[in-house]
Amino acid sequence: MFPIRESRPLAPGVRLFRIVAPRIARKRQAGQFVIVRLHADGERIPLTIADSDAAAGTITLIVQGIGKTTKLMNSLAAGDAILDVVGPLGRASEVERFGTVAVLGGGVGAAIAYPTAVALGRAGNEVLTILGGRSRELVLLEAELAAVSAELVVTTDDGSYGRRGLVTGPLLEWLESGRRIDRVLAIGPVPMMRAVAEVTRPWAVPTIVSLNSIMVDGTGMCGGCRVLVGGESRFACVDGPEFDAHEVDFAVLAQRNAMYRDAESRSLSDFLADPGGEVEKVRHDCRRAAAREEELATSLVEVPR
Amino acid sequence: MTAQRPSVKERVKLPRQPMPERAANARVRDFGEVNLGYDAALALAEAVRCLECASPKCVGGCPVGVKVSEFVALVAAGDLLAAAAKVREDNALPAVTGRVCPQEDQCEGVCPLGKRGSPLAVGHLERFVADYERRVGEIGLPPIAAPTGRSVAIVGSGPAGLSCAGDLVQRGHRVRVFEALHELGGVLVYGIPEFRLPKEIVRQDVESLAAMGVEFETNVVVGKTVTVDELMREEGYDAVFLATGAGLPRFLGVPGEHLNGVCSANEFLTRVNLMKAYRFPQADEPLFDCRGRDVAVIGGGNTALDSVRTALRLGARRGSILYRRSREEMPGRAEEIHHAEQEGVEFQFLVNPVEFVGDEAGALVAARCQRMELGEPDDSGRRRPLPIPGSEFELPLALAVIAVGTTANPIVQSTTPDLATRRGGYIAADPRTLATSKPGVFAGGDIVTGAATVILAMGAGRTAAAGIHEYLDAEPGRRA
Ligand SMILES: Cc1cc2nc3c(=O)[nH]c(=O)nc-3n(C[C@H](O)[C@H](O)[C@H](O)COP(=O)(O)OP(=O)(O)OC[C@H]3O[C@@H](n4cnc5c(N)ncnc54)[C@H](O)[C@@H]3O)c2cc1C
Ligand SMILES: Cc1cc2nc3c(=O)[nH]c(=O)nc-3n(C[C@H](O)[C@H](O)[C@H](O)COP(=O)(O)OP(=O)(O)OC[C@H]3O[C@@H](n4cnc5c(N)ncnc54)[C@H](O)[C@@H]3O)c2cc1C
Ligand code: SF4
Ligand code: SF4
Ligand code: FES
Repeated sequence: MFPIRESRPLAPGVRLFRIVAPRIARKRQAGQFVIVRLHADGERIPLTIADSDAAAGTITLIVQGIGKTTKLMNSLAAGDAILDVVGPLGRASEVERFGTVAVLGGGVGAAIAYPTAVALGRAGNEVLTILGGRSRELVLLEAELAAVSAELVVTTDDGSYGRRGLVTGPLLEWLESGRRIDRVLAIGPVPMMRAVAEVTRPWAVPTIVSLNSIMVDGTGMCGGCRVLVGGESRFACVDGPEFDAHEVDFAVLAQRNAMYRDAESRSLSDFLADPGGEVEKVRHDCRRAAAREEELATSLVEVPR
Repeated sequence: MTAQRPSVKERVKLPRQPMPERAANARVRDFGEVNLGYDAALALAEAVRCLECASPKCVGGCPVGVKVSEFVALVAAGDLLAAAAKVREDNALPAVTGRVCPQEDQCEGVCPLGKRGSPLAVGHLERFVADYERRVGEIGLPPIAAPTGRSVAIVGSGPAGLSCAGDLVQRGHRVRVFEALHELGGVLVYGIPEFRLPKEIVRQDVESLAAMGVEFETNVVVGKTVTVDELMREEGYDAVFLATGAGLPRFLGVPGEHLNGVCSANEFLTRVNLMKAYRFPQADEPLFDCRGRDVAVIGGGNTALDSVRTALRLGARRGSILYRRSREEMPGRAEEIHHAEQEGVEFQFLVNPVEFVGDEAGALVAARCQRMELGEPDDSGRRRPLPIPGSEFELPLALAVIAVGTTANPIVQSTTPDLATRRGGYIAADPRTLATSKPGVFAGGDIVTGAATVILAMGAGRTAAAGIHEYLDAEPGRRA
């Protein structure tokens, strides 16, 4: 059982959580994720560790409510808890002194890119950030990313903030103007990552993307997260989540992510019909887990030796 | 009772008591257990068949040496709790092994009664006494030795980890089991389905261990959340037992494996068993919709049989097994093959998929298969399947589940630099003590042997417990 210390809105439909998970807080590196399960009937979903505080024993998660599980999580408040949190999973981001790195974050992808942008900056890279959102409110972590970036450009699809258009616009301009870019990190929706890969391919700029495939265990045991990279099957949870964008088969990723669409929309409409009941389920199962942990702790003392 | 016992001559003529089971057409609609278990009368009728051999072969046939002749004699004498205790001397999970051991290759395979008719139903009797014990609620917990002040970390809560934990806690050591998943039991909870091994049984065994003082921590992936070195150096464990299983799925490496509708048996079974997807939408985990569809499982072991029978229970119109060898080579338990046939599973022997074919949306529609013939025996002693040229055919299919074996889980090995491994990434361990190359670190179960059986993993847990106990005795403690 993992208590929620803090839960606050970051943008419409997006919340930030600080969760007590001391073991994970001690070990996590930029680019790694956790898998959470909210209640005893819940599914397991992966979420990137946006930040951590080893001393306080907490990790930060930023969640965009898109389906049942993320919307349910976004209904939880400080004082609630999460039944299961496991991690840190996946490989850490490759962080070296590359020179100039362009970091592109689309929507909640900005939250996933954020810890790596920080690590890249700390490693002595010049970080150029391009933040994209559908509209002004969906541009995430602008101030936080600005603090680690030499330059930050915002694009919105509707032009309500920053430049109108996609994140690939400024990137292409930089490349065409002969600006030196040693590496690109692009995280966001599949079409965005695919578009970035196509922009950088002719320039042969090493480009890294973080793949959001569907996961179950997150430890290499099920193979459900497999992606096609360089013509080979790789497991995103242990071989990734970051891969060379120029090798990724994005069509297969999009196809596999659509596999459970019917079940997912069923789950979502059931949830929307009774969100309170689901939140109560989380609370009930966490209370039970807490009572059990306590009972075990006391029975340990009492066991006749 | 013993007075009326039939003579040896009469005993060999008595028929083996069949296991009562639910009718195939009823049981394929749900996940309730297939076998109903003996009642006392059946158990007695079966137990009296035992010849009480002077040197019982059955004991040697059991990988952990369960004193079969002795416990069966106690069943025949009507002392069921004593019989259960007798089994427990060598086997910590009798309700599990009675259900899932490949008895025909082990205890029952060597029973002389088999030569004249059918062997004693050792597995059914073992299950009976373990279930009896549960039913009357009198599982006697063994005595616990005085605390030694030493502590042992166990990595993985499958049968190897659980049995090692039980033995060590009895010897007075502090024991903590770390499990990567959110449930305890390893393959017993995420792999073997409810209709063969009710999860309640595993849960009760875990509860008994907790009552004996074993500590459990779920959601810890050793190697990621904490390393073996950190457990020993920072958390003060004097020894570590690695029992991480052989959990990585093998794929076929044929074109089309990324299609929607092709998955590993691990994924299929984990979604159904661990994540309870069969209860969707009450449980959130989505699952491929099998209803009215054609499902084929590739492989011939227990995992393949479990997958295809699961697919039928989820409403598949047709469930087939595609196996590249013939029936004789199938490694699955005899009882499961028999049950699968009763349930209408179609077996296609000497068939191997060479490609999966999809539609424009990337959904599986067929498997292109090749017919095989058996050639010379290979390293495993089984005849090697060879493709017959020009024999290709297409099998229409909506879901293909790949159950062609597993490989070593590498997470612990790759983060423990001084741990020696052998071919395939399995951990190398001294067969007598199960000590690894790293002082204080022991390993056993599938992660040492490769995918094997529940009872062998449990036996390894016990061997390691003895090895660890010996090591802790010899090694002057840091805190003792
Ligand atoms: C390594 C990794 C890191 C991620 N980090 C974040 C993050 O920091 N913040 C954030 O908001 N989201 C993150 N995601 C995405 C997040 O996991 C999905 O949004 C979430 O699983 C959707 O679940 P749902 O029930 O709310 O929606 P659903 O209705 O179930 O699904 C909506 C979409 O999410 C995807 N999805 C569904 N189930 C899973 C699953 N078990 N695993 C992965 N994807 C799934 C599918 O593509 C689906 O189309 C990450 C994904 C991955 C793989
Ligand atoms: C579907 C299926 C059906 C089977 N049917 C039978 C049968 O009928 N009869 C039979 O005898 N055998 C059967 N087997 C085989 C049997 O289940 C295994 O041989 C046995 O479970 C191995 O036990 P183990 O303890 O070594 O590993 P496992 O049972 O695999 O347990 C390993 C545990 O370690 C955990 N783990 C792994 N890595 C880490 C880590 N880094 N940190 C923390 N935890 C970790 C895993 O999550 C898992 O819970 C079957 C197997 C499968 C998959
Ligand atoms: S543990 Fe398995 S092999 Fe041993 S006696 Fe029991 S059923 Fe037979
Ligand atoms: S070998 Fe068979 S007949 Fe002999 S003691 Fe064992 S179970 Fe009984
Ligand atoms: S999520 Fe199961 S192997 Fe990656």
